[in-house]
Amino acid sequence: MTKKVILREKEVLHVSELAKLMLSQKECRIFLPQLSAIINFVSKLQKINTKGVVPTSQVTGLVNVFREDKIDKSRILSQKTALKNKEKTHNGYFIVPAVFGE
Amino acid sequence: MFSDLTIVSAIDLLRKRKLSSLELIKNCLENIRKKNAQYNVVLSVVDEEVLLKEAGEADKTDFSLPLSGIPLIHKDLFSTANIRTTAGSKVLNSYSPVYDATVVRRLKEAGAIIVGKANEDAWGHGSSGENSDFGPTLNAYDKSRVAGGSSSGSAVAVALGMCLASTGTDTGGSIRVPAAFNNLVGLKPSYGRVSRYGIIAMASSLDSIGHITKTVADSALLLSVTAGKDPYDATTLDKKVPNYPQLLKRKDLKGIKIGVPPEYLNVGRKVTPGMDKKLEQITESSLQKFKMLGAEIVEVHLPYTEPALETYYVLVPSEVSSNLSRYDGVRYGNDRTNFGDEAKRRIMIGTYSLSSGYYDAYYKTAQKVRTLVCKDFEKAFMQADVIFAPVTPTPPPTIGEHTGNPLSLYLSDIYTVPINLAGLAALSLPAGFVDNLPVGIQLIGPQLSERKLFQIGKSYLQE
Amino acid sequence: MKSKVRYEPTIGLEIHCELRTNSKMFCGCPANHFGKTPNTQTCPVCLGLPGALPVPNRKAVEWTIMVGLALNSTINPESKFDRKHYFYPDLPKGYQISQYDEPLCFGGFLATSSGKVGITRVHLEEDTGKLQHTQLDGQKVSLVDFNRSGVALIEIVTDPDIHSASQAKEYSQKLQNIIRFLGVSDCDMEKGSMRLEANISWGLGLGYKVEVKNLNSFRFVEKAIDYELKRQKQILETGETPRQETRGWSEKTNTTMTQRYKETAADYRYFPEPDIPPMEFSKEFIARIRKTLPELPQTLVERLVKQLKVRGDYAEILVSDKNLLSFFEKALEIAGKSQIGADVLAGYLVNSKVDIAKTSPEIFISLLHKQKSEKVSDISLIDTWVKEALENFPDAVTDFKQGKTNAISALIGYVMKVSKGKADAVLARDMIEKSLKKS
Repeated sequence: MTKKVILREKEVLHVSELAKLMLSQKECRIFLPQLSAIINFVSKLQKINTKGVVPTSQVTGLVNVFREDKIDKSRILSQKTALKNKEKTHNGYFIVPAVFGE
Repeated sequence: MFSDLTIVSAIDLLRKRKLSSLELIKNCLENIRKKNAQYNVVLSVVDEEVLLKEAGEADKTDFSLPLSGIPLIHKDLFSTANIRTTAGSKVLNSYSPVYDATVVRRLKEAGAIIVGKANEDAWGHGSSGENSDFGPTLNAYDKSRVAGGSSSGSAVAVALGMCLASTGTDTGGSIRVPAAFNNLVGLKPSYGRVSRYGIIAMASSLDSIGHITKTVADSALLLSVTAGKDPYDATTLDKKVPNYPQLLKRKDLKGIKIGVPPEYLNVGRKVTPGMDKKLEQITESSLQKFKMLGAEIVEVHLPYTEPALETYYVLVPSEVSSNLSRYDGVRYGNDRTNFGDEAKRRIMIGTYSLSSGYYDAYYKTAQKVRTLVCKDFEKAFMQADVIFAPVTPTPPPTIGEHTGNPLSLYLSDIYTVPINLAGLAALSLPAGFVDNLPVGIQLIGPQLSERKLFQIGKSYLQE
Repeated sequence: MKSKVRYEPTIGLEIHCELRTNSKMFCGCPANHFGKTPNTQTCPVCLGLPGALPVPNRKAVEWTIMVGLALNSTINPESKFDRKHYFYPDLPKGYQISQYDEPLCFGGFLATSSGKVGITRVHLEEDTGKLQHTQLDGQKVSLVDFNRSGVALIEIVTDPDIHSASQAKEYSQKLQNIIRFLGVSDCDMEKGSMRLEANISWGLGLGYKVEVKNLNSFRFVEKAIDYELKRQKQILETGETPRQETRGWSEKTNTTMTQRYKETAADYRYFPEPDIPPMEFSKEFIARIRKTLPELPQTLVERLVKQLKVRGDYAEILVSDKNLLSFFEKALEIAGKSQIGADVLAGYLVNSKVDIAKTSPEIFISLLHKQKSEKVSDISLIDTWVKEALENFPDAVTDFKQGKTNAISALIGYVMKVSKGKADAVLARDMIEKSLKKS
């Protein structure tokens, strides 16, 4: 039996901040038992002997897939099209609230 | 007559001028009008005027294209230029793609007419359809039951005659489950057989692009159009695409070895206690059917079946948390507070698994177990041509059965997720009914074994 | 400062160069974005639209390997891309496709006059979009342009082997030159196709390092490092440890200022990029790339000195500018027939400060011939001019004596001016150098 993993509220808060989910403390508290159950479930993996096993990142077996250094006009979007899904833009730019610190 | 139509029979009638594309499209629209409000199947329908015009154009041709004038519906994960695409989520409630997915383009170029976009579990997260931000799609056979997911709308649309076939994605069973729950054929091609370009990503190394049809012959026809290398997707296989529709004939199944893993039944019972007895009976009689067709049943072993589920629920949320990072509301979509609960859960599990201090114990370990799952299947395919398995441990659950307990829903993915981890091909076939509810069985094959799966599936269904 | 601990200026540099490929790193949009109308060079891939997928640019990979080879690095036989996660409006996917634990190149060195600078790694990644800060309707906003998003970027990281501001400047200039010689990037600090960050501390074991950004000229690199070392020294002398942080160079105040104080290191949650298959490079492939390398600055200097007998410092100057070198080589071809030796030609070219963009090697040589016949070689006359120069430019004299050898050009320039170009430039230089050494 794997030792039970105890997920703490502050870990949920930290993870939600890393993921920019902007959860309130109340929401973190609601998710906590569900996330704990899931993490405990998947933690069973650590019991398995994986010594010497190479991790799998891809299953196609493909290597060295490249494209040639050519311009592909067919996919270039016009400025209007690029901005199409945002109602408010400014002189061809996307707008975001000011980002400080850089 | 319309409800019996398949793509193959429709194309034949169209070419003989015994049917028009206009009639087909009108019939689909009629079914949408009558049933969509009740079953919540399609989220967006293409403008009627546009559809009638396209059908009219098709009727002027000689229907020489593989899918001339055939109505299709795309799962709402597929980018369709200028047609609203939501991924089943409020984040993309008013998003309109500016380009077509490769698969959408190929089907269009083959003459197909897109009728609308199908409801689904938001972002592909789920196997019941209940995680749609726009309400669940109901099972075509019983409105108190789930349609299965995540391609819930895709399956029900075909079952209710809103189209002749629909596209879907399968990351952990999302085509096979809704197909099985609605008495249809669901194809999960080998990973890399069909381009993912333009399809909203769930788990990049597992997402498989397929479709739901009434027959195996229809499935083969669609795959012959969608499959093949795409320069816009670096993970597409560069192997030649066989002429699937021409390669379906098979006298019987003599010489075919069908592998049955005892782990599947045992593990299924352990993971979801009280695995449905009636479903077990149907599964068993399906197996007998293969025997009667001449196949040899052999035992194969898949000892990493249960760990596969745990691996899946580390790797998929990890890739999900990454793929959903682009939804920041800057260039499109609504902000991240619009994610539903299941999306938030998966993003958090994934972020946790990848975060500093946890990466080795969770993500890297899961990648290693993935290797072991792949090896399981490699060994099994040395003894059998295909593997036989149930699709789900139970018939379609009632709506709300798993609410509040996401883990219990995850456990029902036990038969489907290992296939995605290994990138294999699988075909789910209708197997009968349990208390008037459709159930299915699946055939699993090695990478690029679609041709064989179609042949065996067609024999089984006596098409 | 604690007496037992060793203090030594310890500097590492991180340099990013935009590759001048035709298309971007993972899509077919044009890579040349300078001065283009905003958001006119994007596609689903570099705009991070739902469903888009990256496909790597073969040439960018080959060019990165070339840079690694030029820096004596080892080329990784197996390499891959990884996702680096953080949120920022100019990063459309919420992650940057970069390289983490299997970069294309690792190890290597670049020689400077004060020792070899070790190279930790050379890797390939994609660039972000550009942010502009402004005000709209009274609100502070940032405007985002994605034309630059997805452009291929090479990152070169040094070991903390640099021990002075001037060495940092020399390293940066030499690196820029190598990359320009390879033809893989314009490496222009003003245009932003070469970006530099410095990590500065007084020792590796002191438990801190300060990252300095916004260094967009070699002059600022030197000034910023000198300033930082001084600032940190003052803190260390009080017994405190300087704060680990990111600072930006401010041209206005000639100081570095706090930009970002990070309590914890960023958690980028790197994992292998699932959308791009891994890369494998055979020995044969790497050998083929090596064959395509042009002659590199170091080798060129050696050749000019050994074979053509050009003075070392002239050789360095000629080699520091591809165009100047090319001009010299053409001029040499012409001059060879009229007995103007390589060293003499080099001297004239270096000292007369001719604008090679506005003239041709032929004209230059013919002018030389003309001038030679009109040249003033009267030593006493030149001596007068030299004395005047030294009087009028005391700062240049001081600078030169402090090791800033370039300062001599102000003095030569004066002599040429006052002699209306008639002074023998080579002679003038010689005499100035002698005078400076004497005093």
